[in-house]
Amino acid sequence: MIRVLYFAWLRERAGRAEEQLHLPPDIATVGALAAWLRARDPAGAAAFTDLKLIRAAVNQHFAPPDAPVTDGDEVAFFPPVTGG
Amino acid sequence: MLIRVQSADFDLGAELAALTAGRRDVGGIGCFVGVVRDDPAHPLAALTLEHYPGMTEAAMAAIAAEAERRWNLLGCTLLHRVGRLEPGANIVLVLAAAPHRQAALDAAAFLIDWLKTRAPFWKQECFADGATRWVAARAGDDAAAARWSDQAGGMCP
Repeated sequence: MIRVLYFAWLRERAGRAEEQLHLPPDIATVGALAAWLRARDPAGAAAFTDLKLIRAAVNQHFAPPDAPVTDGDEVAFFPPVTGG
Repeated sequence: MLIRVQSADFDLGAELAALTAGRRDVGGIGCFVGVVRDDPAHPLAALTLEHYPGMTEAAMAAIAAEAERRWNLLGCTLLHRVGRLEPGANIVLVLAAAPHRQAALDAAAFLIDWLKTRAPFWKQECFADGATRWVAARAGDDAAAARWSDQAGGMCP
C-alpha cells in the first residue's frame, strides 16, 4: 500500500485529501503514478490535467517525476508552493 | 532555531525577546514580517493558508539550517501562520540574529526568499465578492530565491 496526499487545488479537484492504494505493479515513479491517477477516474483527470503544474513529494521530500515510488511510501501531489 | 506553524497570531516583541534571552553576543537581528495585503481593484476578504503538516516543519528547519551554514548566525526564528487570515493580519515572521548587521540582514532576506519557494504552503484568496482563487506561484519569487545560488542540492521543489 502507498498513502497518497493531495493539497490545495489538487485536493479540491481530486475530491479527497488522501487515500491508501495498492501500488499498481507497473508503476515505479512519481510521474508514472500521476499519469495512472489521471487515467483512473474523472476526478483524477481533473486534478492531473496539466502535469507541468504539479509538484510532488515522496516521504515528505520534494521529488521530481522520475523519483522512485515503492510500497509503503507516502506520496503527495500539490501545486507549486505559495507561502510567505 | 525556532520553527513553528500556528493559526494564532504572533507577538513580535515576545519572539525578539525569546531569540536573545540570556545572550550578550547578539549584535543585530534581521527581521521580516509578511502581512496580508488587500487589493483595492479586487477587495480581499481573507487569505486561507494550507500546509503539509510534518513536511512543512521539516522544510522550514532545512531552510534555517542552510542559513546557519551560510552565515554566522546566533539564532533564527521561522514562524508561519495557517488558516483564515484577513487583510492586515500577520502571515509570517523571520528573525535572524548575528554578531553583525550584514549577516543578520542577508540571512533574513535569504530565509524569506527560500521560505516562499521551498516550504509547502499554499494560499487561497477569498474575495469580498465571494469568488475564490488559489494563488499561482510567481516567477519573481523564483528569481528572488535563485539569486541565493543553490549550494544545497536536492531541496528544490
